[in-house]
Amino acid sequence: MSMIPRHKVTSIAIIGFAVIALICAFLYAAGVFGKKQVTAQQFVDFQQGENPHLGFRRAHAKGVCVRGDFIATGELAAHTRSTLFEIGSTPFIGRFSIGGGNPSAPDLESGVRSLALSFDAGSDQQWRTAMNTPPVMAVGTPEDFYAQLQTLMPDPETGQRNPERIAEFFANHPETENFRRWSAQYQPSGSFSSEQYHSINAFYLINQQGEQQAVRWAAVPTVQIDENQYADTDQAANALALDVRDQLEDGTIVFDLVFTLASSDDDENDPTQPWPESRQQITAGQLVIRQLEQDAAICNNLNFDPLILPRGMQATNDPILRARSASYAESYRRRARETWLGKEQQQ
Amino acid sequence: MTQPVTTFPLSMRIFHWGMAALVLSMIFAGLAMVQSLQTWQPTVLALHKAFGVVALVAVLLRLINRLRSRVPALPADLPGWQVFAAKASHVLLYAALFAMPISGYLMQSAAGRAVDVFGVFMLPPLMSADLVWYGVFREMHSWVAYALIALLVVHIAAALQHGLLRQDGVLKSMWKR
Repeated sequence: MSMIPRHKVTSIAIIGFAVIALICAFLYAAGVFGKKQVTAQQFVDFQQGENPHLGFRRAHAKGVCVRGDFIATGELAAHTRSTLFEIGSTPFIGRFSIGGGNPSAPDLESGVRSLALSFDAGSDQQWRTAMNTPPVMAVGTPEDFYAQLQTLMPDPETGQRNPERIAEFFANHPETENFRRWSAQYQPSGSFSSEQYHSINAFYLINQQGEQQAVRWAAVPTVQIDENQYADTDQAANALALDVRDQLEDGTIVFDLVFTLASSDDDENDPTQPWPESRQQITAGQLVIRQLEQDAAICNNLNFDPLILPRGMQATNDPILRARSASYAESYRRRARETWLGKEQQQ
Repeated sequence: MTQPVTTFPLSMRIFHWGMAALVLSMIFAGLAMVQSLQTWQPTVLALHKAFGVVALVAVLLRLINRLRSRVPALPADLPGWQVFAAKASHVLLYAALFAMPISGYLMQSAAGRAVDVFGVFMLPPLMSADLVWYGVFREMHSWVAYALIALLVVHIAAALQHGLLRQDGVLKSMWKR
């Protein structure tokens, strides 16, 4: 019947099966058959929405780039091998931003403000941190965070949030209580310089003896500014950026960088729980912002990935912290490709 | 006059199977980690970068070893197009094995990031952070990976064809003495 001998048919079948199995294994790893858990791509797809702002960060798209120096007190040096915290000064690039993916959103209407910093004191002393105004996360896992964002999303038809869905989500997630309590009492100030910015997630400091200490940190403002002079002008959309520009024209903006040390009662892997006020606090130094960086590319070039840590600091197992890196990388990849291919939008 | 060799020398077989395990692990890790938000992701990413440096050193030593070794000839009765395909695919495999870690290091550099090699030493970035170059090298790293996957599928299919269908000793020459 056949021209091909039986043993060859078997061989061809084995080869075909092996090759198809191999291809399927690659496709499976690449997620072609779907992923059980939420992916970085789904997350960034959600953040950018239907009409992404090409070339811009998918989160915190609008911001202002600054430069300054970190003047370390040396008080944290006993807790970490990192040389950044020895007495002395390290330059940094910083970026104040507002939440959201719209690069032309009105400054004063965003519910979240951020300060991101990048230190580069040699290959093993690179440190980037992206800090936000809330001190805690509402939820503790990327899956729950994704569900939270979807719940808070306005209905595409009515343009309104669904209060019943939101109430149901919060009822099902009692860990959101601390975040909600903070949110209810938070009053945005008149300036980026008078907000307190939190690491939110915890990290480990590693000292010379190799011992680890869980910490969180915050940039604590040194001024109180309640009103923004641009708030009721036709420049209100850029009120926070203009205020930073004005302050840096003839002065500096200063924050204390304060570390809070966890006790053994605190769960460093749970970003939804604040640590008690009584925990030891150490002022590692002052963040002295000296000038506006006119070249926006200096900040656009950077991904403020919170897992870029100097020797002497390590990531905890906080699921949110560990998810931030991959989603930041996906956003960075998209805007880099768009910028390379000249597809970026003009703001 | 020396006898023609019928098998690859032990050193080449060690490089071949060792790098096969390394490269397949790196590809599967890479495909999964660019999507995952799970807690293992940063750990696997750090290992991927460190082993990438191992892979670059390994392929360099492997190429030097290859050029210094006597390798078995292809079967005399192999059709001309298959001889060409065999030679071309091996050149492309070597090119991809170099391009993978190099593009990986370049993309880290363009992000302004050093590469931590198992906590032992740091490879410094070659440039200050640059979004456009990051875009170029990041996409390059992906496209070379897809090309390498395609080459590996062809390579494995061809090896099985030699071993099961033709039974001409080509698969055996990399398999045993």
